[in-house]
Amino acid sequence: MRRLLVLTVFALAVVGAGCGGEDDETPTLAELEKRYICPTCQTTLELSNAPVAERMRAFIRERIAAGDSRSEIDEALVADFGEEVLAAPPKEGFNLLAWVLPLLGGALAVGALAFALVRWSRTRPEPEAPAPASANGGPPLDPELERKVDEELTRFDT
Amino acid sequence: MARRAKLILQAAAVLVVVLLVVLLGWKVTQQEEGRGLSDALERGERPHPPTVVFETLDGDQEIRLSDYRGKAVVLNFWASWCEPCKDEAPMLEETWQRFRDDGLIVLGIDAQDFRTDARRFVERYGLTYPIAFDGNGASLGRFGNTGFPETWFLGRDGRLVGEHIVGPFDREQLEENVRAALDTPVR
Repeated sequence: MRRLLVLTVFALAVVGAGCGGEDDETPTLAELEKRYICPTCQTTLELSNAPVAERMRAFIRERIAAGDSRSEIDEALVADFGEEVLAAPPKEGFNLLAWVLPLLGGALAVGALAFALVRWSRTRPEPEAPAPASANGGPPLDPELERKVDEELTRFDT
Repeated sequence: MARRAKLILQAAAVLVVVLLVVLLGWKVTQQEEGRGLSDALERGERPHPPTVVFETLDGDQEIRLSDYRGKAVVLNFWASWCEPCKDEAPMLEETWQRFRDDGLIVLGIDAQDFRTDARRFVERYGLTYPIAFDGNGASLGRFGNTGFPETWFLGRDGRLVGEHIVGPFDREQLEENVRAALDTPVR
């Protein structure tokens, strides 16, 4: 169980590290096009040719040229289009749940599966010991058949 | 103990599924509400508009359609990047100036747009009628709008009246619907 806990913490740490790999200070248009949602198409900007998406791209270009950081551009777009403009919810406040719950759910599922597997392997019946071979080295006889053979032999002897 | 834990987990799973189904139902109902408005108008009915709270372009006040009870309202959805909206804006301003003393309100709803672009648009066309701002366009689905521009009319009783105009209107069409809205009784 302790090993499972360690694995889960490790998985969370790896995912967490992967999420924080972008450079906030020098964003690129290509990177930000994946970051924002076009309010008309409800797809990321990189997939949208809607007029509002074109306008948003122009806005982002202007802001990058002006030296704005990614968080400053985030802030400006959220002020006009709401948090829905972000393709991924911010990792703070109530929105943090959107990041934590799937990881927690995954960890719980893995834990439950591991627990079930351990229980299943412990409660599985032990395989029966092989019956002793018969005196002539052939396969052992069925006990009922053996009893009947013994009876017949006894009768034959008397 | 294990059996109790299993029961709790099962109950939690059922609860999650029920919540998801309720959420889906709510979403579908919201979409149907919008689609139904246009159909109801075409059948000659006069449905109530969705209850939506807008904010002003400056973001300092709220606007509810119920605030305009007793007035006829032209509800025009626009965006600064929408080409036909540029032709409509002067006509709307002219109509507002002409009929405002008769009890007409023109309410422009700027959606899926930048505030700065919207302000420039308002300035460029000299718009003096109230403008609401709906940056992410949340209200569009509530009305069943599918593009820009789209125009609705509310009677003095707060119910929809006339046509739901999808796309640009012409002067006659606008005036005809404005008169229909002004002619509705308050109750």
